[in-house]
Amino acid sequence: MTRPVLEELTVGDVVATRTVQIDRATLVRYAGASGDFNPIHWDERFAREVGLPDVIAHGMCTMGTVVDVVTDWVGDPGAVVRYGTRFTKPVPVPARGAASVEVTATVGALDVEARTARIDLAVTHDGAKVLGRTQAVVRLG
Amino acid sequence: MASTPDPAYAGREYPATGPYAVGREKIREFASAVGASHPAHHDTVAARGLGYPDLVAPPTFAVVIAQRAESQYVADPAAGIDFSRVVHADEGFTHHRPIVAGDELVTVLHVDSVTQRAGISMISTRCELYAAGPDGEADTDDHVATVTSSLVVRPEESA
Repeated sequence: MTRPVLEELTVGDVVATRTVQIDRATLVRYAGASGDFNPIHWDERFAREVGLPDVIAHGMCTMGTVVDVVTDWVGDPGAVVRYGTRFTKPVPVPARGAASVEVTATVGALDVEARTARIDLAVTHDGAKVLGRTQAVVRLG
Repeated sequence: MASTPDPAYAGREYPATGPYAVGREKIREFASAVGASHPAHHDTVAARGLGYPDLVAPPTFAVVIAQRAESQYVADPAAGIDFSRVVHADEGFTHHRPIVAGDELVTVLHVDSVTQRAGISMISTRCELYAAGPDGEADTDDHVATVTSSLVVRPEESA
């Protein structure tokens, strides 16, 4: 597997794009794996009662899912040394079908001394940003 | 119950939690749940090929451990956090080293701030994850990860 080389990167380079499908089964699976059983993520009636349009994805499910483009690009999950986001807008997940989430990963900054690159993720659903300031710092060889 | 988060909790540090044993199957389960298909999450041979002693946890796996620790605070009735009005605002991970299967981790929870503005409360917590020492204490020479989280608590509806 070829690994990205810091010297070959330029700020602004798009290093990966992906469309991720999140359906109700994804949320049930994430609830079980993470231990987050808040009913807004699986009970439509409950979600509507608290003013949401539908069941919504766990912000942490979306955050955890989109970073895979970075792991795949860098070729080593242990190279992701920092990762953070702001949850700006919920992702409603319909009972049938799936919510499409678009991810674009761009080189945001390079640190030659620390041998790291900051990868900025633009994450949208239905054309609207759902995660803000999503940044992963990866260590490069 | 108290319906606004008590600002007196800011600055509080909790005792280290009991050890969390990071299991291979939990890493595989979590990785599958977030669509993390890198072989180092699933295949010990691939993980060792990258120089790790065992399966590597995905970048957000530490939330499983951190949220257990955070419940000491957010589920404490005296803290005044009505979870039905909570919205997750942000989350951040710093990995001082990767989490791998076989790790036994203890967490020290800090409440960094509790602020209020126009009826909206903002709570920031920080979990420091350490390897467990021989007596289950935090081994401060093996600081594994820092997980920060902010929650917004909306004001009670006047309806």
